[in-house]
Amino acid sequence: MPEITLHVNGREHRLDVPDRMLLTDALRDRLGLTGTHVGCEHGVCGACTVLMDDRPVRACLTLAVQAEGRRIRTVESVAPSEDALHPVQQAMRDCHGLQCGFCTPGIVMSLVALHERAEGAGTVAEEEIDETLSGHLCRCTGYRNITAAARRALGADTAPCEHAPEGADR
Amino acid sequence: MAAVKPAPFTYRRAATLGEAVDLLAADPDAKVIAGGQSLVPMLNMRLARPGTLVDIGALSALDYVDVVAGRLEVGATATQADVAAHPLVRAHLPVLAAAIARIGHSQIRNRGTVCGSIAHHDPSAELPAVALALDAEILAFGPRGPVSYAAASFFTGTFDTALAADEIVTAVQFPLPAPATGWAFAEVARRSGDFALVGCVALLRTDAAGTVEEARLALFGVASTPVRLPEAEDLLTGRPATAEAFEEAARVAAEHLDPGSDSHASADYRREVAAHLVATTLADAFARTPAGSTADA
Repeated sequence: MPEITLHVNGREHRLDVPDRMLLTDALRDRLGLTGTHVGCEHGVCGACTVLMDDRPVRACLTLAVQAEGRRIRTVESVAPSEDALHPVQQAMRDCHGLQCGFCTPGIVMSLVALHERAEGAGTVAEEEIDETLSGHLCRCTGYRNITAAARRALGADTAPCEHAPEGADR
Repeated sequence: MAAVKPAPFTYRRAATLGEAVDLLAADPDAKVIAGGQSLVPMLNMRLARPGTLVDIGALSALDYVDVVAGRLEVGATATQADVAAHPLVRAHLPVLAAAIARIGHSQIRNRGTVCGSIAHHDPSAELPAVALALDAEILAFGPRGPVSYAAASFFTGTFDTALAADEIVTAVQFPLPAPATGWAFAEVARRSGDFALVGCVALLRTDAAGTVEEARLALFGVASTPVRLPEAEDLLTGRPATAEAFEEAARVAAEHLDPGSDSHASADYRREVAAHLVATTLADAFARTPAGSTADA
């Protein structure tokens, strides 16, 4: 079993992992980072999306050994503090962009990457938001609210969410 | 579906191309992995059970896009996302960027490589068809040294290529189309990001009067390899680029296709979609030529 160093959420971890271990399982079972969800395990559903060197990738289509030397970020790293949310998380909450929440961490990671790019470039194209979300399956069929949250978080839409539940934090 | 994990294998990360070739030669059941976006799903489903995985992902010298002597060359570890966004590709070979945009999702394209897609050769994949349409050259390296394959003879069957088991694709060279060549790429898939049922690449060059000087058509999803359509290409050459000519090319194309039926689509449906795509991509390609862009709509 190779010993590898994984850089996850700003920390280094020395781990013995089997060659065939997927990055999803290393994150969840070895590091206890269960925010990265395992859905289809063949790269279709997007639930396991993490950032590798700031880009969204499928953790189920990456071997843990391939992540050595790369910078991994999971949903656990996104909120700035215990009692604050990242703008993407806040928009998902405000717009009620989730139902059961299973697909949510992957969506948040993809949108965080877009958000970081938008901060550098000023804005992102609406088509890019749709294209990014097309890589995520939500089986609660909640796309209207997810899309609204994404547009708000990325500055493509500044109107209040029309689908927000009553009493939602604004 | 139950949770899926790869069967056991030995993972080796190559530090040099020579080491990668040695590692590949050491195990007859070895497979090369770069982005792994086609291979890892097959490992997870246990459709592939290699003894050794030789990872060439760390060969950063192969992570490049370059234009040399009228050819756009893409190295083996250049990701699809980087290639599609590359200024040289945008400027010289926009059809390649358009084809990449239809591969999976952005999250897949951030890891998947152009050369990996070509070496993997799923017959419903976009890039083998682009390689065929452009007469690309696939460069490889093996124990006998460098070797190259013409796209026309590289794709031999579903998930099968002319590449020897001990060779590694190092780059793909796409000859740049002649100036003023129009291009189009289109595919029909059930959902965004799915493999295409049928797709088509069209390149069209006309003179100032709009007479076709060269037409190139490659379809995918209609056979075990991407296919050129010489009958339709010949029919167009020397004729005015008109909707009637494109429709006739589509009819001729359909007559020469023998697609299979599966749970995704019947042969008749695939043939009809193929004909439609031939006509529409030719029209779109013509609209990108100097003659077509000034013609009345």
